[in-house]
Amino acid sequence: MSGQYPGNFGPGQGGPGYGAPPGPPMPGGQPPNMYNNGPAGPGQYGAPPQPGKPGMGPPPPNFGGAPPMSNQVQNGFQGQGDMMRHAGPPRPTGPMGASRPPGPPGPPGPPGPPGPGMMGNPGMQQPPGPPTSQFQKMSMSGQPGSQPMGPGPGNFPGSQPGQMPPSSNAGWQPHSAGLGPPPTSMAHRPPGPPTPGMMQPPHSATPPQGAGGHPPGPPMGGMGHPPSSMGAPPRMGGPPQGGMAPPHSSTGMPMMGGAGAPPPMPGGQPPTSMGGGYGQNFNNAPPQPGFPPSNMGQPSNMGSVPGVQTFQPGMGGPPSGPGPMPQGQSSQYGGFPPPSGPGMMQPPAPGGQYPVNQPGGFGSQPGFNMQPQQPRAPGPASQPQQPRRLDPEQMPSPIQVIEDDRRNRSGPFQTNQRGILPPLVTTQFTTQDQGYANPRFLRSTMYNVPCTSDMLKASHIPFALSMTPFARLGPQEPPPPIVDLGELGPVRCKRCKAYMNPYMQFIDGGRRFQCVFCSASTDVPNEYFAHLDHTGRRTDLYQRAELCLGTYEFVATQDYCKNNVLPKEPAFIFMIDVSYNSIKSGLVNLICERLKDDILVNLPKESGVDESEIRVGFVTYHKELHFYNVKSTLAQPQMMVVSDVEDMFVPLVDGFLVTLAESEAVIDSLMGQIPQLFADCKETETVLGPVIQAGLDALKSSERCGRLYVFHTSLPTAEAPGKLKNRDDRKLLGTEKEKSILMPQTPFYEKLGQDCVAAGCSVDLFLFPNSYCDVASMADVVRLTSGNLYKYSYFQADLDGERFIEDLRRNVERPVAFDAILRVRTSTGIRPVDFYGNFYMSNTTDVELAAMDSEQSIAVEVKHDDKLSESEGAYVQIAVLYTSCSGQRRLRVINQGFNCCTQMADLFRSCELDTLVNFFAKQAIRHTLNHNPKYLREHIMNEVSQILACYRKNCANPSSAGQLILPECMKLLPLYSNCIIKSDGIMGGSEISTDDRSYLMHLINSMDVHTTNVFFYPRLLPFHTADFESSEMPSAIRCSMERLQDNGIYLLENGVSMFLWIGLQVDQELIQQLFGVASAAQVDIDKVKLTTLDNPASRKLREMVDEIRADRARYLKLTIVRQRDKLEPWFNHFLVEDKGMNGSSSYVDFLCHIHKEIRNILS
Amino acid sequence: MATYQEFIQQNEDRDGVRFSWNVWPSSRLEATRMVVPLGCLFTPLKERADLPPIQYDPVLCTRPTCRAILNPFCQIDYRAKMWACNFCYQRNPFPPQYTAISEQHQPAEIIPQFSTLEYTITRATCHPPIYLIVLDTCMEEEDLQAVKESLQMSLSLLPPNALIGLITFGKMVQVHELGSEGVSKSYVFRGTKDLTAKQIQEMLGIGRGQAPQQQRGPQAPQQQFQLPSNRFLQPVHKCDMSLTDLLGELQRDPWPVAQGKRPLRSAGAALSIAVGLLECTFPNTGARIMTFLGGPCTQGPGMVVGDELKHPIRSHHDIEKDNCKYMKKGMKHYEALGHRAANNGHVLDIYSCALDQTGLHEMKFCPKYTGGHMVMGDSFNTSLFKQTFQRVFSKDQKGEFKMAFGATLEVKTSRELKVSGAIGPCVSLGVKGQSVSDTEIGLGGTCQWKMCGLYPNTSLGIFFEVVNQHNAPIPQGGRGYLQFITQYQHSSGQRRVRVTTVARNWADASSNIQHIAAGFDQEAGAVLMSRIAVYRAETDDGPDVLRWLDRMLIRLCQKFGEYHKDDPNSFRFSENFSLYPQFMFHLRRSQFLQVFNNSPDETSYYRHMLNIEDLTQSLIMIQPILYAYSFTGPPEPVLLDTNSLQPDRILLMDTFFHIVIYHGETIDQWKKAGYADLPEYENFKQLLQAPVDDAQEILQTRFPMPRYIVTEHDGSQSRFLLSKVNPSQTHNNMYGFGQIVTSGGPEDAGAAVLTDDVSLQVFMEHLKKLAVSSSS
Repeated sequence: MSGQYPGNFGPGQGGPGYGAPPGPPMPGGQPPNMYNNGPAGPGQYGAPPQPGKPGMGPPPPNFGGAPPMSNQVQNGFQGQGDMMRHAGPPRPTGPMGASRPPGPPGPPGPPGPPGPGMMGNPGMQQPPGPPTSQFQKMSMSGQPGSQPMGPGPGNFPGSQPGQMPPSSNAGWQPHSAGLGPPPTSMAHRPPGPPTPGMMQPPHSATPPQGAGGHPPGPPMGGMGHPPSSMGAPPRMGGPPQGGMAPPHSSTGMPMMGGAGAPPPMPGGQPPTSMGGGYGQNFNNAPPQPGFPPSNMGQPSNMGSVPGVQTFQPGMGGPPSGPGPMPQGQSSQYGGFPPPSGPGMMQPPAPGGQYPVNQPGGFGSQPGFNMQPQQPRAPGPASQPQQPRRLDPEQMPSPIQVIEDDRRNRSGPFQTNQRGILPPLVTTQFTTQDQGYANPRFLRSTMYNVPCTSDMLKASHIPFALSMTPFARLGPQEPPPPIVDLGELGPVRCKRCKAYMNPYMQFIDGGRRFQCVFCSASTDVPNEYFAHLDHTGRRTDLYQRAELCLGTYEFVATQDYCKNNVLPKEPAFIFMIDVSYNSIKSGLVNLICERLKDDILVNLPKESGVDESEIRVGFVTYHKELHFYNVKSTLAQPQMMVVSDVEDMFVPLVDGFLVTLAESEAVIDSLMGQIPQLFADCKETETVLGPVIQAGLDALKSSERCGRLYVFHTSLPTAEAPGKLKNRDDRKLLGTEKEKSILMPQTPFYEKLGQDCVAAGCSVDLFLFPNSYCDVASMADVVRLTSGNLYKYSYFQADLDGERFIEDLRRNVERPVAFDAILRVRTSTGIRPVDFYGNFYMSNTTDVELAAMDSEQSIAVEVKHDDKLSESEGAYVQIAVLYTSCSGQRRLRVINQGFNCCTQMADLFRSCELDTLVNFFAKQAIRHTLNHNPKYLREHIMNEVSQILACYRKNCANPSSAGQLILPECMKLLPLYSNCIIKSDGIMGGSEISTDDRSYLMHLINSMDVHTTNVFFYPRLLPFHTADFESSEMPSAIRCSMERLQDNGIYLLENGVSMFLWIGLQVDQELIQQLFGVASAAQVDIDKVKLTTLDNPASRKLREMVDEIRADRARYLKLTIVRQRDKLEPWFNHFLVEDKGMNGSSSYVDFLCHIHKEIRNILS
Repeated sequence: MATYQEFIQQNEDRDGVRFSWNVWPSSRLEATRMVVPLGCLFTPLKERADLPPIQYDPVLCTRPTCRAILNPFCQIDYRAKMWACNFCYQRNPFPPQYTAISEQHQPAEIIPQFSTLEYTITRATCHPPIYLIVLDTCMEEEDLQAVKESLQMSLSLLPPNALIGLITFGKMVQVHELGSEGVSKSYVFRGTKDLTAKQIQEMLGIGRGQAPQQQRGPQAPQQQFQLPSNRFLQPVHKCDMSLTDLLGELQRDPWPVAQGKRPLRSAGAALSIAVGLLECTFPNTGARIMTFLGGPCTQGPGMVVGDELKHPIRSHHDIEKDNCKYMKKGMKHYEALGHRAANNGHVLDIYSCALDQTGLHEMKFCPKYTGGHMVMGDSFNTSLFKQTFQRVFSKDQKGEFKMAFGATLEVKTSRELKVSGAIGPCVSLGVKGQSVSDTEIGLGGTCQWKMCGLYPNTSLGIFFEVVNQHNAPIPQGGRGYLQFITQYQHSSGQRRVRVTTVARNWADASSNIQHIAAGFDQEAGAVLMSRIAVYRAETDDGPDVLRWLDRMLIRLCQKFGEYHKDDPNSFRFSENFSLYPQFMFHLRRSQFLQVFNNSPDETSYYRHMLNIEDLTQSLIMIQPILYAYSFTGPPEPVLLDTNSLQPDRILLMDTFFHIVIYHGETIDQWKKAGYADLPEYENFKQLLQAPVDDAQEILQTRFPMPRYIVTEHDGSQSRFLLSKVNPSQTHNNMYGFGQIVTSGGPEDAGAAVLTDDVSLQVFMEHLKKLAVSSSS
């Protein structure tokens, strides 16, 4: 909750921006007030406990009205403690509001462009614009404090007001608009104009959020305060100037907090703006407003790193504001952070003050939190406008972030520089490989790596990479070139064995090269020698992919093969359950009908080759296994039954694995026979362990690697190795005992998985259960062998067949690497320490993958074991040795470089939130099995709080402790982390089945960033707003019930499932067009396929569904949900900004809570 | 009364019995001094075209401990309609249906000439015979092709209602489901694993819930027991087409065989599965498991050699040195299988064709315990195998298979006698009775034996002990009785009982030793002694057995020879003993007791055949027959001696296992010169043809078909002849020319055989010396 606030606050801080703006403008008086308030706010929060600090009293004065509020707030807070909402007092947040208002001012900033911009322009500004509205929303409370707030606001506003308003007014919208773009680069670009526009929107957005956030918890209110931090800004104002500069620089690093804060203060306004900036950053837009220009400048300064710049913008803005700031800003981080940081910092620091300030601040914040309550108050108070809660609109919005990034970074993305922050995964970009890896293959949580372990630890941001070495490429992106050095084989460093890459330094006239990872110098083999040109680069630089590209492949020599024998073509073995259930559901028939013509013809092949080299084999089974000899010379297939399941083996070698082309006729005949053979099968017991053992044995005995496709229907209860008991007890989910049903019940499948990996045998398990089938146990083998797991509960061929066949088809046809070993090499000073994903590791460095396709992603955490140097940067090389689908042994090499930094601000400016979320999720999955849910939840929240607190401490000092200031690139962190916590896969309680839970856990474990992004925050598309005639998708909206309109139709998808929500008041004509029935009530929600009707609406809907499905690795099942129908609660489950049915927090609440945590940490 | 010769012959023709002694010493003490034990070679199913069909049950003695069957030796009281059991003297009333009995109107069983009679039990159900083929697929393509053809051919020989099944094995064991359409289906088992019948039943998914079926007794309707196993054992008429196709499609075992390795062959597991399959589906029903083996079992249970070619399969030398690590385990496996199959009444045949050994030595228990065939050849693609296999399905005049299933033989004795044991293709049923002796010879301790497979020539050596005490003389003219009751399943499915009752006179050895001696059947004695010797050789040390044989021979000479003490030249044997030492001489030299130059497999094979065959064939095995063909006269039998190898003769030797035609040096030259093709030498052509025709005659009837060898003087194959003949001339022959007592002038010196073996002459010298020696 607090988190949310923060966001808001951020914006609110934008308020800071305010502050800033105000600062600038009002540097004098207002700021102070602001500060006071701000600080107070925060302080209060933190303070609540600190009440004593009231001493702060002084500040209160500033608050003036606010103080009271604050006091109240404080009380409220304290009393309420967690109950942010109680914040009733929070309303006092009003102050917050106030702060925000400042934000608005920020916008006004425009006036004092710099200032405003600075101000978290966003936040601030927003507030401004929104001020009214925002406040109202936010106001939450603040307003309540409203009056105080009002005052507060007033105050801020007051100061800022002037400024803000303008900005806000104008700014807002513009901002928002601009925001999008500005956000990121915004700052820079927007510099002037755009930003503003941009800013505003975002701002508005943010602020609202902030508000919203606030609303949640009274504490939030506190949060709100952050905005109040606005107040802080004020402080900023005070300190800013002086501090500003310092803060920037200093803040970044140390807690400077205090100091930093002050500095920012100077920039005071800047800070605010800063805050705003952050907020903006979040929003992006905000900063831009006024700041842009300045920011721009700064950013540019900052910026060498684009990402950073982005931030900077915001920052910059502020800086610019404060003349001095710039410098600080230059430190940029300092710039921003300071502001916020300061704000934050200060609050806490001023323990005493807190009381006072905090009160106020809190009050205000609380107000936010209180919003709900406050709303009333607020409503009454300052803003009628803002009803009650923190306006969710004001909280950082993923939609906005995505939109902005899409707008700014779509198109070509050149990897020509070290440490460039890549576009978001949701953005359509085309990578031009110029020496660094395509982000589709490799993403990092950070692109500017702290030089020291201490700094990394202090930031609490994990340095993790998400690797998808065989990711699907964009439509315009060529596959990595294949380098064949013949007998020579890949050229490698003699010491660390790193493969030749663009960063190797050729010395000694080209006769030796120095390794970029370990610095050892290796002689260049004669065959590989080339002269150097006058710049010291090889003359054949551009003729050799490995010298100029980030990703390429080598053809491996025999030395790289198992037993030094070149591999044979891989094989796919299809293993079909033919037990009673499977026959009855139509599965067997379906597979046999479709397998050859729809699936096998799509077997992967090398580009330019006509026929796939992959061998196929077929097995059916229930309690016993049936192998089929489909040798091309046979007139009819031969079936060989193995019923000795205790001791499985493969009964034939010749004729079992064949190429489709050769044995097509026999396979046809077999597919015709299987359904008949088992039509009367009454066997209900199945085995699974022996089935996989058999497949493994088959591959082993034919000396191939490959993949097993197991189509399985039930818990394997027949007497055999790997037999499982029914131990389901979904009531345990979400409790401390959940491990007992989420852990495998037998080590059998783990052992089996290891055996499989050793043989290069990957297992893809397709489950069709009608009841509990213990996915947790079975999935082990899939996990270790890097297989894919599919689950079709209550499968019926006529309903789910298409989905299954489509999944299978996609699975079979996608490029896949077999029998792979992945190794990560890094610069000296860092090393990979922990790997997450579906694979097996027999030692600590080699990741063994029985198979790897585009759905498989691996996360690796990197830690320091020494210092890095800023000048040299850090490099990572991922090498995957694998067997291609034609049986060629190859090496795929992926190189990436990172900048190194000694400033927190630099770090925070170049983080990649989606990757971080991906990593957190995988970490959470692992924790699920080692810890209890409570620990997990607290762990995530704590990490998030620590990160944000660190930022606050080091990069946003000047702002009020009451403000929640979020780094631009991580302003969605609270939201996303809440989504992780809410996720069924990670925290699923008894509302989902044990199997579903295990299934999701398995999925998450190998998800790439693209997938986690939408999985945790689903995409909600308002279909009714789409232009039926255009091919454009309607813009997504935020996942909250409040966004749904009774007369709307919405598509929601999270990469795993898809829903079509139909409001009861939907225009009947539209219903008619889409479903061919008269009203929403008559829509057949049991249907799984959309009716095909010849009209634009129907076409559009189907297009959209198809497009979404095409975008995902799996074919999404479409569930139609009618408003207020029995399925609606399930659908609501995916509206992740709302409270969950299992008691999980709404976005607002969570933000408030995080904010509180941050304050706790800071104090 | 005719001569003993005639008497013996007559008895053999009528009852299939040859006793070593045809007059029995009346006391235990005397009996033990007879050296050659009292025993008989009994051929239960001796072909008798003249047996009347009896369609009712035999009449049993009512004494529960006796239960002997009414026979011609019983005393009948026609008026009282009573009969007295000649074994226990119990008086029994005739059953009601015999009321019409009178001296003029006698039922067959009391007519003297029907001392052997066969009853057909009509109320028993007719089970169709079952044939389960167990086929090795690890063989050369042409071998496999040949077996496949033989098998396809055999389908036409089987009665249409017979059930048939197919198991193939290589690295894996496949049980084929017959009659499935569209997809040929088989169940596959790992060749390295031994499974119990229950496991096999479960894995094959048969007989579920039908376990108690075998308890239902003979009334169990056919369809009942056919149901569960239907998929694997199908009536020939239903599946001959599909089985023919299935066999046609059979491929060699596809598993790769690395350089320097033997193919992995799971014979042990396959047999185990075959036994298990029948055990759980058709216990106590006539069935044959026909195993076609192309090499040694190299993995899993019953393996006899590893798959590394660098480790050769065990030899006698290895066995002696106890240097064969798989043998004992393997034998244990096959012995257990043999017992299981025997318990269930199933026959295990092994057709082994390979140039190297295939492990018959280990597997011999299977046919031995079950009365199965053991056939050894070099390749399946030879007439030896093809004809032999075809002959398995030969029929008698009535068009019925010459094979019977699930037989039990019970022996009843007069009080003065008890049964010591039996040696032959049977297992003991462990039935203790009053007639069971404490002394065991062969399989003793029982008066009943089981022979799962029985053929017209199958003969058991059965040994008796006289238990009458010396002080309880038997009145002059007293007779001892024996009754052999053989119950079996006829190939038509009928249950039959053949009863043979024999009587012999008692004689007091102390006073009438000459009577007893006159009743000695030296042929039967020799064969019975060789059975004992071989039986011992299986378990004891080779040299021990030879010493025992020598000792027995010497003692026999001492007991029944006429001589002056210490004067070897005075030694004389009566006519009916005269050949006995010669038999022993050849037995000592034979492959049955000498393992040199034979592989363990060959030894096992030869011994197995000796253990089965009737007296005539056994004698041929012990002392091969040699015929000479020349221009000087009609073909004549000649001595098995080097002197018989004359240049102008063609020799035909029948050792039972081999038929050798040997062209003397001159004949060979003529033949090579092509005289036979010249019209003017038509007679030479005829001479060449004569032995061939005679050989064919033997080849046509013998089972298994002998190896047919045509060779000539100095031909490499002549070793088969040279190794058998008495080496009267050797490189170091002290006897030199002309000293030989046989026919032929000085010029027909014969050919020298390079051996250190002693010749018959030397043997006899020593024998006489020892026999007359007063010190021994």
